[in-house]
Amino acid sequence: MAELVGAVAVAGGGIAGIQSALDLADSGLKVYLIESTPSIGGVMAQLDKTFPTLDCSMCTLSPKLAEASRHPNIELLTYSEIKEISGTAGNFEVTVTRKATFVDPDKCTACELCLAKCPSKVLDEYNAGMSKRKAIYLPFPQAVPRVMTIDAEHCLYLTKGKCGNCKKVCENDAIDYEMKDRDEAINVGSVILSTGFTPFDPTELEQYHYEHPDVVTSLEFERLLSSSGPYVGHVKMANGETPKKIAWLQCIGSRNPEIGRPNCSAVCCMYATKEAMVAMEHDSELETTIFNIDVRAFGKGFEQFYQRAKNEKGTRFIRSRPSGVDIDPVTNQLSLRYEVEGSTETACEEFDMVVLSIGLTPSESSKKLAEIAGVSMDEYGNIATTIDAPMTTSVPGIFACGTIAAPKDIPDTVADASGAASKAHSILASERGTLVTERTYPPEKDVTEEEPRIGVVVCDCGINIASVVDVPAVVEYVNTLPHVVHAYEQTYACSTDSLDHIKDVIKEHNLNRVVVASCTPRTHEPLFQDTCRDAGLNPYLFELANIREHCSWVHQQEPDRATEKAKDIIRMSVARVALLDPLYTQKLDFNHGGLVIGGGVAGMTAALDIAEKGFTTHLIEREPELGGLLGTFTRLQDGRTTSEILDPMIAAVKSNPNLSVYTGTTLDEVEGAMGRFKGKLSDGTEIEFGSAIIATGANEFEPEGYFGYGSDNVITQSALEVKLDEGTVDATNVVMIQCAGGRNDERPYCSRVCCTTAMKNAIRLKEEDPERNIYVLYRDIRTYGVWEELYTRARELGVLFMRYTEDDEPVVADGTVTITDKLLNDTKFEIATDLVVLSAPLVAPDGVEDTAMLFKVPVDSNRFFLEAHIKLRPVDFATDGVFLAGCSQAPKLVDESISQASAAASRACSILAKEQLETSGVISVVDEDVCIGCGRCIEVCPYGAPELKEVEVVTEEITYITRKSEIDPAICKGCGSCAAECPTGAITSRHFTTKQISAVIDAFAFADGSIEEVA
Amino acid sequence: MAEFEPRIVMFCCNWCSYAGADLAGVGRLQYPTNTRVIRVMCSSRIQPTFILQALKDGADGVLVTGCHIGDCHYIDGNVHTEERMENVVDAMKHLGLEGRVHLEWVSASEGPKFRDTVTEFVEQIKALGPSPLRAE
Ligand code: FES
Repeated sequence: MAELVGAVAVAGGGIAGIQSALDLADSGLKVYLIESTPSIGGVMAQLDKTFPTLDCSMCTLSPKLAEASRHPNIELLTYSEIKEISGTAGNFEVTVTRKATFVDPDKCTACELCLAKCPSKVLDEYNAGMSKRKAIYLPFPQAVPRVMTIDAEHCLYLTKGKCGNCKKVCENDAIDYEMKDRDEAINVGSVILSTGFTPFDPTELEQYHYEHPDVVTSLEFERLLSSSGPYVGHVKMANGETPKKIAWLQCIGSRNPEIGRPNCSAVCCMYATKEAMVAMEHDSELETTIFNIDVRAFGKGFEQFYQRAKNEKGTRFIRSRPSGVDIDPVTNQLSLRYEVEGSTETACEEFDMVVLSIGLTPSESSKKLAEIAGVSMDEYGNIATTIDAPMTTSVPGIFACGTIAAPKDIPDTVADASGAASKAHSILASERGTLVTERTYPPEKDVTEEEPRIGVVVCDCGINIASVVDVPAVVEYVNTLPHVVHAYEQTYACSTDSLDHIKDVIKEHNLNRVVVASCTPRTHEPLFQDTCRDAGLNPYLFELANIREHCSWVHQQEPDRATEKAKDIIRMSVARVALLDPLYTQKLDFNHGGLVIGGGVAGMTAALDIAEKGFTTHLIEREPELGGLLGTFTRLQDGRTTSEILDPMIAAVKSNPNLSVYTGTTLDEVEGAMGRFKGKLSDGTEIEFGSAIIATGANEFEPEGYFGYGSDNVITQSALEVKLDEGTVDATNVVMIQCAGGRNDERPYCSRVCCTTAMKNAIRLKEEDPERNIYVLYRDIRTYGVWEELYTRARELGVLFMRYTEDDEPVVADGTVTITDKLLNDTKFEIATDLVVLSAPLVAPDGVEDTAMLFKVPVDSNRFFLEAHIKLRPVDFATDGVFLAGCSQAPKLVDESISQASAAASRACSILAKEQLETSGVISVVDEDVCIGCGRCIEVCPYGAPELKEVEVVTEEITYITRKSEIDPAICKGCGSCAAECPTGAITSRHFTTKQISAVIDAFAFADGSIEEVA
Repeated sequence: MAEFEPRIVMFCCNWCSYAGADLAGVGRLQYPTNTRVIRVMCSSRIQPTFILQALKDGADGVLVTGCHIGDCHYIDGNVHTEERMENVVDAMKHLGLEGRVHLEWVSASEGPKFRDTVTEFVEQIKALGPSPLRAE
């Protein structure tokens, strides 16, 4: 076998690729993140808000972008494409074409001088073509890397040999018109394909008149809503007016076999609901209508979100699929004709704007990449995977994640991405740390006894700052401030030569503190901190004064005032930096073992994934047998028996030397935190572990009291599956009732899996005996994503579907079921039946609260565990080192549970793989002498970092026991809330101490910078 | 006499409102020059004494900003900010400083809201006139 290579190529820099890259890099593997556009971020960067929490998309994404760009183990290859892959699992050679950007990334500072001078205007892809960008451009404000790219197709110089403006104005000589595409070979052990999807292009569906300016796609509507969009968040029609009525048309390019796209795109119902909600937040008068076939609100919190839109916000959901958009030939007015549900009438209604909810289609580049990689695709162009190995492609060592394999939403994509990282990590576990580079720095000089000696660099940022702020005047002023030894002006403080200059100045003037007055610390602080470290200064002795985003850019018409403000900002920064202390992280030894609670398919997968990477793992199951929920069903949606995947999994778990299995056992006690948990099992065994995964699953609800459950011929889907296996279904008229005990007041959520399960079993019943009559009584059919094909197949086999509503439920009597069918104008039917099958929801099992208590993690109102962030941290808890997977988080299908389980394992292993745990420097600490043990810090800490400990106090007169707060540095995240709450000032929030902040406030007030003046 | 130009201390949390201010900058949204930003990691770091100190030092107003409830980078830090600021705003009424302290949530994508928040607060303080605590 070829030698293993401890590196992974990740193709696609959307949220999937970023997540895979971060997990792998954190685990000690080298990552090449290859992205075809100039910036990482993918489609998520274009979204305004995310459902169902209406979080701002960019706010949650941009920290991930920054993290990926700064990670020492990640090399970003943007504007690059994979050309060739050869080799085998463990050792691939990947040829990457680096397209010419015509801008030297080492010289470009993204100062944007060139932007103003570029005469060529191009449709802006980021704003979905609704605004213009220049031929030289940064794709979006938060783009990573922050380097310009020249769009060769539209550049006048490159196409016609004219212009050359950008080169003329660039003060860093970054423009290189001679740059050529070049191929680069990289050697990796594994490849992850995560190039995502393309939004469906509705042009071919002429009946929707996409050419009309007020017929827009859902992605265009996202940009209209976004405050960084073409109209800064004001939704406008082509004539500039605000629309009063907007309609969404669902399933454009989805669930449409006529155009070869029979499947559901899984996300459109929810994003349309979200867009309607956000649009109404912008304009409370707005009327919103969503035309749909079924509302597929199947994910965690989706059903409640949908109900909120419908019942509280007043969005109309109309169950009809208008055949097209009508345009009045004279007025150009848009209108829709649709069938009125429950009647034979059609209605015609005018709308100001129509949003086409376009589906997710496999992109051409993804298809090309799949061909290069040699992996199989399904008939729709998705990469083929199986239920039991959802990230594994047909080629060993090559994995897939995200929408390249099937349409899915962001959390499922992120879980997939971590899952794929887990698979790649497993092959390369022995090579961890072999290809990564540790940065080395000179020894740090001790400045604690020294008086502050501050250096200040005031940046012109080309003309960004200097054209508004009088920089020389500022420098002159700053030189008069206390402790400032040397202040100087710099054209670009962040260019490579300027950084070297800063290092020289630190040495020459023996500086022990540095202020750079330029742009925002959110992007540039790490860069300058690194420079300080290179010069032997502790990185926390640095401060950035933001005189660009917060000053020159926002006060362009007021140069005098802007100059005064810049002086104030720098004076405040100087006051702060003078009082900053060097901070150090702590490295702690820890336990590198894992613990998994729950021996179902999720728990077993997670345990195996951890054990495969060489870490000891404890797997605890309270039942006597492994297998969990899946063991109670007999078939998978793909026709295989459940034992076909369970048996080998159980065998693997039992034979893995790194794995200890405890069945019929519970975990009764836990103490400690990430890296040093201690637990006690019900049989008395004491175990230690560094990280834990909760995979306690769900049960099928016993629908006691619903639809005659309990009588002989009324059973649940799982019972039906057992009967089908035994061949004992003795019935010719079978009625299935969906949502039996779900989507009601007691269980307001959708259980996600029941529609797919019902289709699977309806097909089985029909295939066993085609003469049978099968009726499915439903509220919405939610066979999302690729499982739509089961719904189609069931209909083809003659399964009959009837729709009921919550307030008019079917009635089960002895031998009959009565239903008022909404599909047939409220016609009442009495169906003679010999078997009723109830699709009951999955519910959280007994004992979740106990498990939650053990690890101090939250459960939601439906008793499912609550993850740290519903979009981007689907398998993390807010508590470090504790993760979740499978149905314990919310009901889900087997492949989704497996993907989440691998994801949780990946996340856990990115911690376990570290040599030592490093605490942050910016944390809070308690002064024991001042603490009175009141415990208010405990009340406000979101993480449970402080704890009251008993200590013995010895004074001259007496010795007594009292309680004092102690903050665990491994848990504290440095928000500083405890310091604000502490009534005695015993808590110091490092880097944001009361003294430091007070000094800044004083500096605000005293223009001469006399810090000492106010005691 | 020149128009009264208030001096305002503004607290921003690193993750949302500071980022919102950055976005206002990137978008070149223009607003008055009267505010001076002090960055903290989370709005929950802002203890009431900072606000009192700023007023005592002669600030005409203090604007406290953070993430929207639910968006706080530290889960629910801003819930405590809200409680603390309610108390401070309340206390201001009794101290004859009503309207000089204000809390507002601004997300990382709300550049325009950042601009509007600053603009409106500056207007409000201008209407109130110089702080009675301001040293002449
Ligand atoms: S981080 Fe913004 S308020 Fe807590």
